[in-house]
Amino acid sequence: MDVLDIIKPENQVFCKTKLMTDTPLSYCPGCGHGTAHNLTMEVIDEMGIAEDTIGVAPVGCSVLAYDFMNIDMTQAAHGRAPAVATAISRCWPEKYVFTYQGDGDLAAIGTAETIHACNRGENIVIIFVNNGIYGMTGGQMAPTTLEGMKSSTSPYGREIATMGSPLKITELIANLPGVYYVTRQAVHTHKHARKAKKAIRKAFENIKLKKGISFVEIVSNCNSGWKMTPNDANVWMEENMFPYFQLGDIKVDGKLK
Amino acid sequence: MSELKLMKGNEALAEAAIRCGADAYFGYPITPQTEVIEYLMTEQPEKRTGMVVLQAESELAAINMVYGAASTGKRVMTSSSSPGISLKLEGISYLAGAELPAVIVNVVRGGPGLGTIQPSQADYFQSVKGGGHGDYKLYVLAPSSVQEMSDFVEDAFDIAFKYRAPVLILSDGLIGQMMEKVYLKEQKERMSNEELIEKYGSWATTGKKGRERNIITSLDLQSEKMEARVHRLMKKYEQMEKEDLRYEKILCDDAEYLIVAYGSSARISQKAVELAREKGIKVGLLRPITLFPFPKKQLFELANQVKGILSVELNMGQMVEDVRLSVEFKVPVEHFGRTGGIIHTPEEILEALEQKIIK
Repeated sequence: MDVLDIIKPENQVFCKTKLMTDTPLSYCPGCGHGTAHNLTMEVIDEMGIAEDTIGVAPVGCSVLAYDFMNIDMTQAAHGRAPAVATAISRCWPEKYVFTYQGDGDLAAIGTAETIHACNRGENIVIIFVNNGIYGMTGGQMAPTTLEGMKSSTSPYGREIATMGSPLKITELIANLPGVYYVTRQAVHTHKHARKAKKAIRKAFENIKLKKGISFVEIVSNCNSGWKMTPNDANVWMEENMFPYFQLGDIKVDGKLK
Repeated sequence: MSELKLMKGNEALAEAAIRCGADAYFGYPITPQTEVIEYLMTEQPEKRTGMVVLQAESELAAINMVYGAASTGKRVMTSSSSPGISLKLEGISYLAGAELPAVIVNVVRGGPGLGTIQPSQADYFQSVKGGGHGDYKLYVLAPSSVQEMSDFVEDAFDIAFKYRAPVLILSDGLIGQMMEKVYLKEQKERMSNEELIEKYGSWATTGKKGRERNIITSLDLQSEKMEARVHRLMKKYEQMEKEDLRYEKILCDDAEYLIVAYGSSARISQKAVELAREKGIKVGLLRPITLFPFPKKQLFELANQVKGILSVELNMGQMVEDVRLSVEFKVPVEHFGRTGGIIHTPEEILEALEQKIIK
């Protein structure tokens, strides 16, 4: 079959969703953000809700998410995305409102906004990309940096005695009554990405059902910040991140697993 | 038909927000402005007009809720007092940078730090010189009565939407807490979502139905773009100075001496002007109603007529700097103020005028 035949629309079995723009991604090669963006946009596209969806971008590597996600988006101050999303959702209860945040944004500077938006049971989706480091500013220690893990602000490794333990904010918020669905996923393999997409779909379906907060954590890599090749970063993530941040559902239909 | 009521300044402001068709209020308790959110929670505007009212977990959350609602074209307000406004300044800078309309109310108390819960005007610099980070200004309205606490809410929304910029109502603990009669305007209907989308669809993030997507951000990583953004903001401020300056001249026509005062200081200074005139001293009062834009030209012209100017403030000398800049040292300009929550008396003001200006 000729190449031109293969790319005819009727022969296509898979193509980039039109909800991703053609702007080249600003992420490092091998980074999970691109896949996480893509899965989110695919879900919104497949649900046919693009015209009724408002996204809130964070501060961090994904600050420019609005350059790539082809929907209405508001860029929030560092950590405040859940507060921004709260107001949008309260003023436009029929819209699909989501935040897309990293671990520094959501679990450090924005801890209060995260916990209180969750506690109020705002009818929004929070997509939380956890790569255990501040990527945008060049690899500093995050609240989710693992014990012993080196970063530019923990150059001898994270020491629990002086720096505290890596924060499992996802388990923390799962205990709040306003939170309906909590899951932890990954996107570094096709298998994981397919599962993550199902989770994101479920989260957005919950908005339609007005169920309150749906929280999807995606444990991801940061090969630049971790100073590894993309493949090594994924192997390191499986061997070190997953045992601490265990994948799977934490709360489904308002019930803890 | 307007309605006559006896109300606290804070309550009159809250009621005015409902009546002018505001869509949302997000706030956090702090003395001496807590009556605003208490009144709104009691009134349940959600039932009256559909207005959303929410108590946030902090001033930071409240101002970012304002940012969220404003980014969708909603008429949204928040209020706080000095330490709370300091916390909100990051968000206010973002509102200015992202060119979003919003109304912020500061019922000022004494500072610095936790300071005192008594009235003050010590946040003048913070209000008119930017306050938060970056090149921006706020349009600042300074009410001096409960009536103006009520009237300025709708005025502030009009300016905010005219310029797509945050507007500050700079009140203080005296105006916020005192009770006066107030004529409340008739209830206006809130704008429907359809009308909002038609009016603000060119920029508001309401969902991209039938149009290209909209983006609200204050970020421009390319310096040329960022400079262009700041130039755009400066054009707005120039236009505000040309079109939306507000001030009041009281007994200035034959004045040989001038008092400049705003807000509660202007109310008290008005009495000092009366006392002076009883003694045969011809004193006038210039009351800036907007602190930015500031009545620079009016002061420059009055400086040709008067022998000296006293800037009366509830602080240790802030607005006096703008008065001096405006009159370009044509006449002596002195400051008189009390601070820490102490309110000056008309007699004290007259005495200061006699000692510092008339001599």
